Amino acid sequence: MNPTLDLDDVAPPARRVSRYFSIYAALWKNSVAREMTFKANFLLWILVEFLWFGLQLSFIGVLYLHTDNIGTWTKWQVVMLIGGSHFIQQIYQAFFLINCTNLSELVRTGKLDFLLLLPVNSRFVVSLRQVDLGAFVNAGSAIGVMAYAAHRLHVVPGAGQMLGFLALCLAGVAIHYSLMFLLATISFWTVRAQGIVYGYYNLFNIARMPDEAFPTTFRAVFTFAIPMLLVSNVPVRVLAGKLESNYSLALLLGMSVVCFAVSEWGWRKSIGRYTSASS
Amino acid sequence: MGGAIRKYWHVFLVGIQNNLTYRFNFLARALFGLIPLIAVLCLWKTIYRGKGPGGSVGSYSLAEMISYYLLMTVVDALTAVNEDDWQIAADIRDGNISQFLLKPIDYLWYRLSLFFSGRVSYLAVAGIPLAIFVTSLHRYLVPPAGAAACAGFVVAVVLTALLQFFTSYAMAMLAFWVLEVSTFIFILFAFEYIASGHLFPLDILPPALERALYFTPFPYQLYFPVSVYMGKTAGADLVRGLFVQLAWVVAAYFLARFAWARGIKRYAAVGG
Repeated sequence: MNPTLDLDDVAPPARRVSRYFSIYAALWKNSVAREMTFKANFLLWILVEFLWFGLQLSFIGVLYLHTDNIGTWTKWQVVMLIGGSHFIQQIYQAFFLINCTNLSELVRTGKLDFLLLLPVNSRFVVSLRQVDLGAFVNAGSAIGVMAYAAHRLHVVPGAGQMLGFLALCLAGVAIHYSLMFLLATISFWTVRAQGIVYGYYNLFNIARMPDEAFPTTFRAVFTFAIPMLLVSNVPVRVLAGKLESNYSLALLLGMSVVCFAVSEWGWRKSIGRYTSASS
Repeated sequence: MGGAIRKYWHVFLVGIQNNLTYRFNFLARALFGLIPLIAVLCLWKTIYRGKGPGGSVGSYSLAEMISYYLLMTVVDALTAVNEDDWQIAADIRDGNISQFLLKPIDYLWYRLSLFFSGRVSYLAVAGIPLAIFVTSLHRYLVPPAGAAACAGFVVAVVLTALLQFFTSYAMAMLAFWVLEVSTFIFILFAFEYIASGHLFPLDILPPALERALYFTPFPYQLYFPVSVYMGKTAGADLVRGLFVQLAWVVAAYFLARFAWARGIKRYAAVGG
């Protein structure tokens, strides 16, 4: 038998997609079962995220006690931005976060062997193994906050705006995922990568701030090198009817493709260095 | 007495060696931590620019506001628990505390020695980038409000560190009752984060809210020493504040001791 023969290479594309869907459905079932074993813990984690979300909103509330706008951003526009940013972060968290943070542990203990041997795309199974169901609940609270902010702004987004917003959110999720996955692959080079992975939390902080608050250099770095200022600012500008030019739309979509390509390159480079552990 | 000091001094030294193996983590944490700090400073600069020259927020000029965040970062580096609470909870859960029940070592003093060693090693690594950052902004940094403020600041920082440690220790004792303590730690941390002045100085809050916070220990976990340094708390308020802070430290210490005594009765030494 040809040792490089892979099910992915022989099956027709349609069957391949449906096969991956059924694998993913099995992974979901596993995750549900796991979450339901520790119900109280599951609910407490939702509460934790909810508190931190409230905390960000209170910060904005306090800032706007002392000013009427940050650049051209008004209070409720920034509330919508915090909501949009939380929504994107929670969707990202639902699908990818645990898997990214677990990668260094898989490498350190050598458990990655088991995943590499499965007859599926390795990146697929490493990235999507667990689903964080609580994050969907928190994404719901983010939608609530955005809707309330829209109401206070007297903004009624049209269907086109909504679709555009959702599509741009997906691009934002792709950027968060690609960058964090890239950071997680550092664990192939040093065993103490956990600190770096958690460092990514600090970048989320920037994603929820209004882009106009920053001077040129800072904005350039966090737009073209680490596109944190695009991830939620652009979708929320679309939703709030605050978009200045279509250039930023193209930039967000373009950067999401670039980030994904770079992370794929990083993954391939890193996996080539993998030498298992304790076996 | 001398023997006890030597014993815990030894724990401290071993702790430093252990902690220094995590120097890369410390450095990464310190560097990444500067990013949101820079971002929030930019945010305030933009707000002050909108107010025109000489504008202020509450009683803060732009320089004072930037100083507040820089000092807050320094005090946080000096006093924050790093992973002490997780480690204590893990020791209880995994049964590692059994050995302390047999040895002439008090677990609380043992952990306190490790906490200090953690702070010293963290500063040895993170102090350099932090110092460079603070120096680069030195034109905004206001000097301490006077000799009394300086002395009060040092005392308040020590008390802050003790309060941080004893609260985390007491919190980690929950591990005797529940398997997973991280959610509880994060919930407490959320309140501490906003009410201790991590996000903004507490005196820009509406006065009634600020006064209410002073009935909780949170302001004494970070905000208080910074406000002493900047002269926002001075004179009789400073003396009273230090006594209140000391009272919270004592209360947290007894809570920690009490929780340990209750917990140890339930302790089953799983896996120990």
